[in-house]
Amino acid sequence: MSTNSGAHIPKFRRVDLALVFVGGTLGTASRLALSLLQPQGLNLPVMVLLVNVVGAFALGWLLTSLSARGPETSARRRIRLLVGAGFMGGFTTYSALATDSMLLTNDGSVLLGLGYGLGTVLVGALATWCGMLVGTKRRTSAKGN
Amino acid sequence: MAITPTLFLTIALCGGLGAVLRFTVDTLLTARFGSRMPWGTIVINLSGSFVLGLLTGLLTHSLLPEPWLLAVGTGLLGGYTTFSTASFDTLRLLREGRTVASLANAFGTLFGAILAAYLGFLLATLF
Repeated sequence: MSTNSGAHIPKFRRVDLALVFVGGTLGTASRLALSLLQPQGLNLPVMVLLVNVVGAFALGWLLTSLSARGPETSARRRIRLLVGAGFMGGFTTYSALATDSMLLTNDGSVLLGLGYGLGTVLVGALATWCGMLVGTKRRTSAKGN
Repeated sequence: MAITPTLFLTIALCGGLGAVLRFTVDTLLTARFGSRMPWGTIVINLSGSFVLGLLTGLLTHSLLPEPWLLAVGTGLLGGYTTFSTASFDTLRLLREGRTVASLANAFGTLFGAILAAYLGFLLATLF
């Protein structure tokens, strides 16, 4: 992680941006494909909920197991950008969570709207924690690498 | 509405652009404000929720065709905002023993983003 060096403007490498773009495109395509399975007539966006919880678990696992392998190499950095910032960032979404929660609340289903928002945040935090635990466990078994 | 293969691809590519936009904004804000508090992700999720609320409002008032909401809302803003990183930041702060910052990140972002989406939705009624 870079230190805060005041007026320093970070340099963007084209390869980094390309990795994030490819990962983000694939992550968005996966979220879109799963969201098409949303049951009609159900107010609660269960597929977005599923996407966010699965993505939270996966990112917790990925970032923890990458950093457990030691200092960041350029190969680990590329995986983090492609799969973490790219795929998982594009797969999960906050804008749909906030907007659906607002729409449900605005339509009079205050409990459902706020319950959906709070439920996603709480279950998502638990999923992230589980992913981090699994990622940490991997270190001991993969220490010989 | 039915999603044609062309529309599916357009939404996915817009998501890729949104992810690049997030990476850029996050890197710039983290360089400026440091990483003690995840300001980059917070600003991204609040601003993205505001714009999606606005677009949803415009669609409700028939001022925006649905394919545009899908490309910009589901694609660009879906790729721009992120739940997984926000959740990871919450756990990171909790593990560092910074409970108040962790709770502020989790619930401040949630209620802030819902409010931002509502303000965007209200703004659309002015058009």
